[in-house]
Amino acid sequence: MSVLIFIDTAEDGHVKKASLEAISYGAKIAEQLDTVAEGVVLGKVTGDLPSLGKYGVKKIHHVNNDALDHFDAQVDTKVIAQVAQQTGAKVIVFSNNVDGKAIAPRLSARLKAGLVSGAVALPDTSNGFTVKKNVFSGKAFANITVNTDIKIIALNPNAYQVVAGEGTAEVVTANVATEPGRVKVTHVTKSSGEVPLTEAEIVVSAGRGLKGPENWGMVEELAKTLHAATACSRPVADAHWRPHNEHVGQTGIAIAPNLYIAIGISGAIQHLAGVNRSKVIVVINKDPEAPFFKAADYGIVGDAFEIIPKFTAAVKQLKG
Amino acid sequence: MKILVCISKTPDTTAKIAFTDNNTKFDTNGVQWIINPYDEWYALVRAIELKEKDAATTIHLITVGSADAEPIIRKALALGGDEAIRVNAESHDSFYVASQIAEVAKQGGYDLVFTGKETIDYNGSSIGGMIAELLDIPYISLATKFELAGTLATITREIEGGEETCEVTLPVVVSSQKGMAEQRIPNMRGIMAARTKPLKVVEPAAADALTSVAGFGLPPAKAGVKLVPADNVEELVRLLHEEAKAI
Ligand SMILES: Cc1cc2nc3c(=O)[nH]c(=O)nc-3n(C[C@H](O)[C@H](O)[C@H](O)COP(=O)(O)OP(=O)(O)OC[C@H]3O[C@@H](n4cnc5c(N)ncnc54)[C@H](O)[C@@H]3O)c2cc1C
Repeated sequence: MSVLIFIDTAEDGHVKKASLEAISYGAKIAEQLDTVAEGVVLGKVTGDLPSLGKYGVKKIHHVNNDALDHFDAQVDTKVIAQVAQQTGAKVIVFSNNVDGKAIAPRLSARLKAGLVSGAVALPDTSNGFTVKKNVFSGKAFANITVNTDIKIIALNPNAYQVVAGEGTAEVVTANVATEPGRVKVTHVTKSSGEVPLTEAEIVVSAGRGLKGPENWGMVEELAKTLHAATACSRPVADAHWRPHNEHVGQTGIAIAPNLYIAIGISGAIQHLAGVNRSKVIVVINKDPEAPFFKAADYGIVGDAFEIIPKFTAAVKQLKG
Repeated sequence: MKILVCISKTPDTTAKIAFTDNNTKFDTNGVQWIINPYDEWYALVRAIELKEKDAATTIHLITVGSADAEPIIRKALALGGDEAIRVNAESHDSFYVASQIAEVAKQGGYDLVFTGKETIDYNGSSIGGMIAELLDIPYISLATKFELAGTLATITREIEGGEETCEVTLPVVVSSQKGMAEQRIPNMRGIMAARTKPLKVVEPAAADALTSVAGFGLPPAKAGVKLVPADNVEELVRLLHEEAKAI
């Protein structure tokens, strides 16, 4: 018996921040269940696997061959299922990020193991196995009881704090069969240097109040100063002022950064649904009646065009 | 080339979220129902476009739900699709629902199964992957583009901070999101045609539910906004740094 954590790597082989959260979370569950946390990682890895032990994982099963260098959920699922069987895993933890959303459901169907996707807290094991997850796009939560022997949890990014302590993980090469995949990756584009939206600690987001795409320079400048990712409201993406992958909300990407700064966004219910799990929300809007202020922690009523440059300057001053 | 599009009924995006029966059931009182936006705007419309370009011959819609779901499936048929199948079962367990769809997909011999990226009520993001595993075929999730040449699909999906394009030979299951297609409004002809399109009701196959809902809750309300005057942005930055410890 163990808790098995899927350690997700990016295309260049680095371990994603979401995986560190998953490891910290899985290690805590292992402690709760009085067992050990083990990890499984697929394909090439850059960086130091044993050092992941400081997040609580004791042993890492590395499966490395050419078939695993590209992402293919079908292939990966079969590999993880074998490792799960070998380690006698009773709880399997994923990050509910893009890869987790593809693999965890497949594994659930393969192992007939109940899945809770989008978990936001540790399981309650006092009476069965119940996990809290977001539903209704963050407007509510549900407690889901998993009724199978093996449980699978996909943890929402930014929902569990990375906990670093002491320790080194033992890394072993897993002995499993890998089938060739049917998916051929032909092209990867990454916006270089920028912070991926779902992993960002800080997000600077702007809406129709910015008037036009030509005014986004100051938004990007503020984001850069804060090491933040940029996002936007739906009409802004629909009008092609900004790329689709910046659209946050109920029908865009759901995010939960530490700090969400909303500029010139009215705060429609569909927008709030995708961002209301942010820990701190700052709203800048010239309309004091804008609904977003009701969901905010801090706010300024005023003109975005005057406030954004001052905001950037003040942050620069703070950072010296 | 046959496409199966999964359609789910969800509360309207502005619906008030409340619970009844000691917080174990969603309160449907006064709730307007819509087609799950991801299913409608992206999965269904992309399927229709493929048929318009002759890349597909047949589009079937499927929903797993009680008779209440029929107005929603008719609305979807008004946009397009040749016929619909309703599996007469109600469940909040993804595996149970996916098992029903996989069963229909197996028997119908579909080349392509489209789902939305998630439903806006349970936010599971799980049905597509489960169907693919049950059929043992590839799954491309969070797709933003889908092109077809013969039986070779070229699909772009979201990855963290970018996009990845891949090629896969049919059959495949694809979950769709923004970028795949543009929302369409049904026209009068479509609405009339939808009334007479076949809607087949089938009884569910035997399948297990792996999870159950123990209860619901609402997040705690925010304490209230702290307003900073517009001429003192430095104070906002100070508060964010010292009080909120967010920068
Ligand atoms: C089914 C459905 C799904 C949807 N999904 C989403 C979604 O996922 N995400 C999303 O964002 N929306 C979504 N919407 C749209 C949503 O309802 C709103 O229309 C949208 O969020 C409004 O965008 P906005 O706030 O940028 O624009 P507006 O509502 O036009 O607001 C602009 C704001 O900018 C302020 N402003 C103007 N000038 C200035 C200035 N100089 N300085 C400061 N402030 C200024 C105004 O006071 C106003 O509050 C959805 C709608 C539907 C029906």
